Amino acid sequence: MCLLRSSISPSLCLVKRGVRVFRLDLQLQILSMENSEKTEVVLLACGSFNPITNMHLRLFELARDYMNGTGKYEVIKGIISPVGDAYKKKGLISAHHRVIMAELATRNSKWLEVDTWESLQQDWIETATVLRHHQEKLEASSCDQQQDSPVLERPGRKRKWAEQRQDCSQKKSLEQTKTKGVPKVKLLCGADLLESFGVPNLWKGEDITKIVGDYGLICITRAGNDAQKFIYESDVLWKHQNNIHLVNEWITNDISSTKIRRALRRGQSIRYLVPDLVQEYIEKHSLYSSESEERNVGVILAPLQRKTAEADT
Amino acid sequence: MKSRIPVVLLACGSFNPITNMHLRLFEVARDHLHQTGRYQVIGGIISPVNDNYGKKDLVAARHRVAMARLALQTSDWIQVDPWESEQVQWMETVKVLRHHHSELLRSLPWKEGLDQGKADSPAPAAVPELKLLCGADVLKTFQTPNLWKDTHIQEIVEKFGLVCVDRAGHDPKGYILGSPILQRYQDNIHLAREPVQNEISATYIRRALGQGQSVKYLLPDAVIAYIKEHDLYASPGEE
Repeated sequence: MCLLRSSISPSLCLVKRGVRVFRLDLQLQILSMENSEKTEVVLLACGSFNPITNMHLRLFELARDYMNGTGKYEVIKGIISPVGDAYKKKGLISAHHRVIMAELATRNSKWLEVDTWESLQQDWIETATVLRHHQEKLEASSCDQQQDSPVLERPGRKRKWAEQRQDCSQKKSLEQTKTKGVPKVKLLCGADLLESFGVPNLWKGEDITKIVGDYGLICITRAGNDAQKFIYESDVLWKHQNNIHLVNEWITNDISSTKIRRALRRGQSIRYLVPDLVQEYIEKHSLYSSESEERNVGVILAPLQRKTAEADT
Repeated sequence: MKSRIPVVLLACGSFNPITNMHLRLFEVARDHLHQTGRYQVIGGIISPVNDNYGKKDLVAARHRVAMARLALQTSDWIQVDPWESEQVQWMETVKVLRHHHSELLRSLPWKEGLDQGKADSPAPAAVPELKLLCGADVLKTFQTPNLWKDTHIQEIVEKFGLVCVDRAGHDPKGYILGSPILQRYQDNIHLAREPVQNEISATYIRRALGQGQSVKYLLPDAVIAYIKEHDLYASPGEE
């Protein structure tokens, strides 16, 4: 017997042997819950994606399996948001290429997409702001669905969305919301990002609070204990620990973009570490070299620069 | 100018299923041999093991061969060879090497030139070599009592050669030092470093599939599609 519902995690499907009985119970339990009781989740990954690798893509798959497997969430979309050039990280090549590579990498994915809003901004944008942008976008389109009006898709139309939200909240107070509720954006990351919260001046305290308090974090890590310890040692993270999901990555899949760029400089193969289309694109455009790696050398990383500027005012 | 020795890499194994890590072995090995300046890798062969090997969870050879073929669709230098899997029974690796080596020699054009006795025929200095490609874990198994015949190990490292790709938790240099045979022929054992730790074991893949979890980006999409289509590895612990 196979119960196939698109909203149910595949891990609960396909009852074939006796060992599946437990899962069948769980499955029935979840089926008895209203679908609307599950929170819809959108995973957002911010980063350089310089270039995107199979590891980045794995993060999404692992996160989705985990969140869906809890029975409390349904992951409906994954968004890759490459950072803008203004981030000024060493070796960061033009956002134009990084966006295209991410699009090539997700071409045959049914649920992953690339969002260019962040990369198109003139200045570097804090992660908390990117999260807020996407959450507001979801709220606006959710409201649109209720109003039966066309979905606004142009980026930067913040004012219109704010107006829409006003209308929306007024409407909601008038009538009972029949839909499942607005999907929630959560930040997807590796343990390195979680632990970067500890790097002085890299993050604003209030932003960390917003990220874990208002949105939530899904952190894929191999060293679960270290991550747990890090959360324990931070009052802010500890307070919002229910909003921080640690997902174990059982296989070491250490395909860092840094290593990819190094391999390319040395004429070594990167096949099977990045999607074929990405590898072909890099080769066709000779994207990474010793020269490209020297970009932004001596330039201060945008978030650190901003912290210094604020300290001066 | 000294010409490079042409090399074909042969990988034997279950490939149950083939993963990106298996494919990486070839890429890393090729880069390594080219780096030495002495070799030119001209081809790669994946030889899935015979069903009679009797390993747990081994799906039918026709599937493993088909999956490898799909995985190699986009490769311009590696191919799958079903010969080993089509034999009546399981055969030792050295025999597979011998077979492919003689096939290699038979397919060479230069032999004709020699037969005609032309003075300016291509120099036989470029006899292709067939080398066994494996991960460091396989090198370790040489130590396992009764798993390999000593004479076979010797023939592999003496007549053919080994390209061994690093793997986390293994010490290939140590394995060589611990074996008199390997030590004697260590010049014919090439240790390649994989800078990107990539522990995509097929065992993990099978378990993930059995639990309905995603394996996307760990193996080629075409292989995943094949697995779903044929309902392979759907239940954990399938005997």
